[in-house]
This record gives sequence, structure tokens and C-alpha cells, in this order.
Amino acid sequence: MSDPYLQINNLKTHFPVEKGILFRKVTGTVKAVDGVSLSLAKGEVLGLVGESGCGKSTLGRTVLQLIKPTEGTVTLGSRTLTDLDGKELRSARADFQMIFQDPYASLNPRMTVYSMLAEAIQVHRKVPKADLAGAVGALMEKVGLAARFMRKYPHEFSGGQRQRIAIARALAVEPKLIIADEPVSALDVSIQAQILNLLSDLTREMELTMIFISHDLSVVKHISDRIAVMYLGRIVEIGPATEVFEHPQHPYTKALCSAVPMPDPDSERTRKRILLPGDPPSPLNPPSGCTFHPRCPHAEERCQAAWPSFESLKNDAHQAACVRLAELNQ
Amino acid sequence: MPLLDVNDLTTYFHTRNGVVRAVDGVSFQLEKGETLGIVGESGSGKSVTCMSMLGLIPQPPGRIERGTAHFDGTDLLHCTRKELQSIRGRRVAMIFQDPMTSLNPYLRIEDQLIEPLLIHGLADKVSAKKQALAMLDAVGIQDAASRIRGYPHEFSGGMRQRVMIAMALITKPDVLIADEPTTALDVTVQAQILELIKKEQQELGTAVILITHDLGVVSGFCDRINVMYGGKIVESGPTKEIFYNPQHPYNRALQNSIPALQAKGKELYTIPGMPPDMSKPSAGCSFAPRCEHATDLCTSEPPELQDIGQAHTTACLRVQRENLKP
Repeated sequence: MSDPYLQINNLKTHFPVEKGILFRKVTGTVKAVDGVSLSLAKGEVLGLVGESGCGKSTLGRTVLQLIKPTEGTVTLGSRTLTDLDGKELRSARADFQMIFQDPYASLNPRMTVYSMLAEAIQVHRKVPKADLAGAVGALMEKVGLAARFMRKYPHEFSGGQRQRIAIARALAVEPKLIIADEPVSALDVSIQAQILNLLSDLTREMELTMIFISHDLSVVKHISDRIAVMYLGRIVEIGPATEVFEHPQHPYTKALCSAVPMPDPDSERTRKRILLPGDPPSPLNPPSGCTFHPRCPHAEERCQAAWPSFESLKNDAHQAACVRLAELNQ
Repeated sequence: MPLLDVNDLTTYFHTRNGVVRAVDGVSFQLEKGETLGIVGESGSGKSVTCMSMLGLIPQPPGRIERGTAHFDGTDLLHCTRKELQSIRGRRVAMIFQDPMTSLNPYLRIEDQLIEPLLIHGLADKVSAKKQALAMLDAVGIQDAASRIRGYPHEFSGGMRQRVMIAMALITKPDVLIADEPTTALDVTVQAQILELIKKEQQELGTAVILITHDLGVVSGFCDRINVMYGGKIVESGPTKEIFYNPQHPYNRALQNSIPALQAKGKELYTIPGMPPDMSKPSAGCSFAPRCEHATDLCTSEPPELQDIGQAHTTACLRVQRENLKP
């Protein structure tokens, strides 16, 4: 890969679990993100998939320094974000922005679209007041909203339009990195397509680097260059999008892919489904070794011993963390 | 004679902002043991259709304006409260989307499970408890004997949905209505739950109505599918017909807009505009403002479902007059 633009190194985010009211004692730690290393080239879109509670959102927030990591570093361009504090971090934030899942909750209901976007623009750019309306209008057109709606309030817009406003707000500071946390999960299918098209157009036009977080594999496959699969705070498989989706190697990814219902009656009735037993375990008390072993249909005794390292079979860009990788993918 | 025969069901909500035509003349049949899927986007009227049949619509503001829903000889929409109560929960059961909020947090699982049996007088307390235990075991809850004494908060989302299914099926109903039963769950758990419903359905011979917005879920699960838009069924037919021979422009557009069916990186087809405002009546087809094939006829004349062969019906005037080819 060419020079990585975003580099995440052994990132860990642990949350202490406390008990008691007066004398709070730490009784355990939730290892939401537990040793994630990733690197993204400039302009690359990485899809991050996993079930609820696997730490994908926490990872996104930690990368953006919305949550301080327990360990590890995040480097964006030439700056190490994990070393920045207060003022420096504030000014660095122009380079990275987030788009949230719920466009009903992430927009201030008391602000018009104009005031929301104008505020965002002014944070990082000196725009004369007279030109502000023009800048807001241009931003709205960019995300497919008519500029004449700028005096309206969020409640006057539909879910899809609100998500466009949220995207416009993120783009107002001309960021280089976008983390989109389930941006289409709250939308209807026909609206999802609009937002997905918009996001892939924008990333191409503005050369945005993006981490696209979603639990929906087919959405992620569509928009990403590479896919990383997370399970219980760790990445278990990473590789080129189509390859991971069509030829998954890790047993968990295999089960995940086979569980996604396909809108095709013939293949849906004939294909074999790998049913995983039980629910994902709690990150408070993760199983030893490979955390997937209690649900894995191929688990052996050695799976309980240590967390497996990444290995690749044919393609070096496609890696999975499973001790039985070679024998299971013959 | 079909097990359930819904005819011209129409439910309006009379709100301060006008009359919302949530369900507007819906007719369909359900045969014994069959699986019917109802798909549509939010606000298309799929849940209200089923809630209307079971008398679960708050009235006011809702009102069932007209129509009938004959279940085994009884019109569910016009029978007495007592008659409805003897059918609801016993012969027609329902499971809801959110297993987190549909169980009573104050009651033990056991008490909630035996309630349908006790209310309908199907068993005494001792044998009801036995049945509850067997049912909980059947839906795949390990260590059922001790778990049955637990409270809902001790169960995970997937486990709660299993409890809901056990509760709905304990009376061995003829019809199970599942309203987005897996939407709140992870995909691997969704696969477990769908598999479970299928297994129980085969054992008990229950007919299932599955309401969902996910075309992927219905494709493998249902025998027939109704596609709803703007409070009406716009297309109905056997699953394969709906997927491999879609006729109505809305159904076609919907399938073109899901990433799963499209080549990677390809621009997704998008349906222009927004879902219809149900409080404003439209003279013609409710999809016409968003339809790329709409003509003057479409905005003036309301379409009716018409058979186009292979048990496939569609409500598009242009398809019916054979001047629109997919």
C-alpha cells in the first residue's frame, strides 16, 4: 500500500466498571476496543462491520479523540492525534469529522439549517458575514438540498434530508477524514440508496478518507474498498471488500456472511446457513484466547490458549486471525 | 375457503392535522399453514393492517372505516369484544418488533408464559407450568428449568424474542403475525430466530404473516408476498414472481435500490422524492409522483389490483394495459 494517511496502532479503549456510591471501587473493565491496528491510504474507504457491542462505534469515536484511548496511537497525516490536547486538538478537528446514525437526534431542533451550517463553517474558516449565506447555499447544493430551504428547521425535513444536513455539517470544515457511524441504518431502503450514492460521490470528489461503520454487510460491501470485521473489540479479518464478502476466511466472517439474508429466493432456499449458537459474549468477561471460540463451530483446545496473530493465505492484503486458517480454507 | 380473508380493510386516523389514510382498501387471503410476507417502507401501512385485524388500533384517533376480516367464519372487525378476545392470543397470536419493551419487566418469564393458557382456560396452573417449560425448551433456551424463574432483564435481546415466540405459540395458534420480529436483532441472531419460527411453524402447522421492510428476509421465508405502498397493496404474488418478475414500478425500483442485488461500486438506483403524505388524498396512483413511467392517466385514475397471470396481481394501470414492459 502507498503511504498510509491514517494509522491506528494497537489502539485500546477500556472502560472501568465501578460499584458503590460513596467509595467507588473499580470492579472490572469493559475492553470495548482491545488492540486494533489499521492503516488507511488517502482517499480510501474502509468498511467496519460487526454485531452490536463489538466495539465498532467506540473504535470510531476513539480514533476521533471523542474518547481518550487507554493505550495506542492514532496518526493522521503527520500529526499524532493521541498526543494532542485542548487547543491543538480543537484546531486539528477540522481535519476529521463524524456523521452519526440518527439524523433525528444529531441535529439541534432549535437551529435552522443556516445557523447550523454557518456555525460549522465559521469554526474553521474566516468567511465574511455577507458571504456566509452563499457558502451555506453552496454546501447545501453539494449534498443535494435546495439552498432555498436554509431558513427551515430540522423537523421540516424527512429522515433522508436530515442525514444530508448532517453530512453537509460534517463537510463544512473541509475535513480529510470522515467517520460515518451507521449513517443509513435509520433510513428506509429507497432513501438509503440516495445517501449511499451521495457518500460515494463525495468521497471521490473531495478525496475523503472514510471509515464507514455498519452492521449491514451488503451496504458495507457496496461502498468500501476494504472491509474490516470486528468481534469483541478486535479485528478478526480484513481485506479487499469483494474478497472478504465473497470468500470470507475467518469462521466468524463466514457465519456473518451466511446469516445475511439475500433478496433472491432461489439462492436463499438452497444455500447453507452457518447458525452460530448463542449471543456474542460480554466484553466485561471475554473468553480466553480467541474470543470467538465458544461460538465457533471449528474450535479446538489450542483456540483457548492465546489470541491468534494475523495470517494471509494467497493475498497479502487479505488477513484473518485464526489459528486454523490454513486448514479451514483448503 | 381461506383461513383468513381480509376484504377492503380501511383504517384512517383522525388527527388534528387531518385524516391520515394509513390503510386504504387492503384485501388479501391467508391459507392454512401458509407464510405470507408483507413488505413496505415505514408508513406504508403494513403494521396498521395487522393491528386493525386484532383490534389493537387505539380508537380514537384511529377508526376502521370499512372492510371485513373473516377468520374461520368470524368477522374480526365486527364481532363482539368477547368473541375477539377468545380468538386473539389463542388462535391468532402476534409477536412484536422490540423484545425489550414487549415483555413485562415486573413479571417472571414463567408467569408471562402461562398467562395465555390460563386466560383462555386451556389448562390449569400445574399443567400450564409444564407446558411453559416444554415450550421454553422448544424455542432453544438452555437450562429452561431455572431460566423460567428469571425476569426479562436477565435475558439478552435474542433470548427475549425467543420468549416472545414461546408465549405466542404456547396456545398453538392457527395464525402467527410477526411484526418485524428480527429488526432489532443482530444478523447472526436474526438467522437463529427465523430458523426457529420456521421450525415451530412446520411442527404446529401455523400460518405466518411476516411483516418486514427487509426484502432479504422475505425472500427465503415466505410463500407469497404483498408489497405495500401508501396504505395499499401495489403488488402481490408468489415470492419468485415478486423477485424474478417484478411488474409494478415501485417493486422494481425497490429491488434496484438495494445494494445486495447490485454490482459493487455501481451507482444505486434511487427513487426520487419522498414517501407520500398520507393525509393528502391522491386522485390516482399514490406512487405516480415518484414514478418515472407515470402518465396523465396515472394521476387521475386510481389503480386496482388486477391478475396478470401466475397468481400475480399488480396495481399499475400501465402494466395492466400492457404498454409498459420491464
